Amino acid sequence: MIEFHAVSKRYPGGKEALRGVSFRLGHGEMAFLTGHSGAGKSTLLKLIACLERPTSGQVLVDGLNVGRLPRRRIPQLRRRIGVVFQDHRLLHDRTVFENVALPLHVAGHRGPEVGRRVRAALDQVGLLGKERAYPVTLSGGEQQRVGIARAVVNRPPLLLADEPTGNLDPELSREIMALFARFNQVGVTVLIATHDIALVEAMGRRRLVLREGRLVEGAAEAA
Amino acid sequence: MAARGERAAGAAPAGRPRRPRLRAWLAEHRDAAAGSLRRLAREPLSSLMTLAVIGIALALPAGLHVLLANAQAVTGGWRGEARISLFLERGVDPARARALRRELAARPGVRAVELVTPEQALAEFRRLSGFGDALDALGENPLPATLVVTPAASDPEALVALAARLRALPEVEAAQLDLEWVRRLHAILALARRGVAVVAALLAAAVLLVVGNTIRLEIQNRREEIVVTKLIGGTDGFIRRPFLYSGLWHGLLGAALAWVLVEGALALLAGPAARLAELYASAWRPAGLGAGASLALLAGGAALGLAGAWLAVARHLREIEPA
Ligand SMILES: Nc1ncnc2c1ncn2[C@@H]1O[C@H](COP(=O)(O)OP(=O)(O)OP(=O)(O)O)[C@@H](O)[C@H]1O
Ligand SMILES: [Mg+2]
Repeated sequence: MIEFHAVSKRYPGGKEALRGVSFRLGHGEMAFLTGHSGAGKSTLLKLIACLERPTSGQVLVDGLNVGRLPRRRIPQLRRRIGVVFQDHRLLHDRTVFENVALPLHVAGHRGPEVGRRVRAALDQVGLLGKERAYPVTLSGGEQQRVGIARAVVNRPPLLLADEPTGNLDPELSREIMALFARFNQVGVTVLIATHDIALVEAMGRRRLVLREGRLVEGAAEAA
Repeated sequence: MAARGERAAGAAPAGRPRRPRLRAWLAEHRDAAAGSLRRLAREPLSSLMTLAVIGIALALPAGLHVLLANAQAVTGGWRGEARISLFLERGVDPARARALRRELAARPGVRAVELVTPEQALAEFRRLSGFGDALDALGENPLPATLVVTPAASDPEALVALAARLRALPEVEAAQLDLEWVRRLHAILALARRGVAVVAALLAAAVLLVVGNTIRLEIQNRREEIVVTKLIGGTDGFIRRPFLYSGLWHGLLGAALAWVLVEGALALLAGPAARLAELYASAWRPAGLGAGASLALLAGGAALGLAGAWLAVARHLREIEPA
């Protein structure tokens, strides 16, 4: 599903965020990406969703060379990747329903199918009763779950999450991780960047560890 | 692979028949158009102010165009009624003047000839000028007998030739062809037309900038929404569409407002204009924009709005990228 071949990323200004990173993540696999702050976790996820381009090396998603993807084909890639952000990135002038429906509208879906799929996604994250609420009226954990519902509503084959439990209490964090595990069970490939070592160990999944932009653990294992 | 399966179940790409795709496309446009209109209505005061600026900017050239069209309609009627006034020598007696009138009336190229005796001329002058007492003080009637010739032809060349021949008659002291002012008027109208075109071009540019700036602000205000839409795979076209429709609505509604302003102003002028026309015993009544000009106004406004939005979108939408 995801292949990195000797990928380096140098930001303008000279900061080398990733150095020679190589690994494979198979279809239907679930893995955690850990490392100290500034290790390059967010950068790695951004390269997959084509939010940044690698300075050198190859990033393949489903065999597609993402680093060389022409601009106009980026939307097709992103529709197949659900992304969960630490800061939720919800639109505050829209209801929960409208936020979750956005990926469907963007992909050209209309009519009753949209309502059905939005409610199915909200049901999965336990927020079925909140569809008419505005994000500001929700707690941090609820907003995070709306973000997850939005990421999965289009049933993408790949799910990326950048510190999805950053501000949540341990109980809620476990619930959300369990949620990702459930998506993984139905075949979705999942990659989660997190600081929460305890939780990662409790989940017992593959770990990719970054240090100073180098992949120091987890590179060799493949699905 | 999983991704393919997902897509086939979803957005109706390649394999599906044409009609649903067309319908989906139409639905997307309808949604974008309606959404932009709702957004416009959500802040009525600021929208109205922008629309008023556009409306006034469009009403000005449209109103000037109507004024010009009316002026041309009025003066167009006058061209055919060019007159040649023949002021007769002082020594020509009334009988000779009457004979000359008959002679001239029989000439080819002359439709009618009217004799204005010095007495008639004086009475007319007294009535119109109010200088009665001054004329009494003169003692003697200073005005000559006048033959007013209505030519059959209306083109300036023929009129000039006819006037020259009549001027050569021994009884005629001076001939005045009332053509010069018609020509001048037409020159003035041509100048005015050019002036209106210049004003229209300037104001069209103003509308373009106003809409462009409005859309630029809208893009800024919706920055987060644009970023999120790009993050979840919104195409440039999808993101662009609501802003283009917003520009279109601004232009179209502004043009409609301009139409109301012009027609309203004409309605206010209709009464006095009719009275003026009555005084000139003319059947002329001021004309409004008419169907053609109204359509041109609305289409022009919409096109300007769309173009202004394009400028803003082309400049500012690409800069916004998720990072
Ligand atoms: N847009 C950018 N421009 C320049 N430098 C950047 C940019 N984004 C990240 N960096 C740098 O690249 C390095 C890796 O950043 P990244 O955000 O990937 O780390 P991270 O592992 O996600 O850290 P954290 O756990 O704190 O989120 C950091 O040193 C950061 O300062
Ligand atoms: Mg990070």
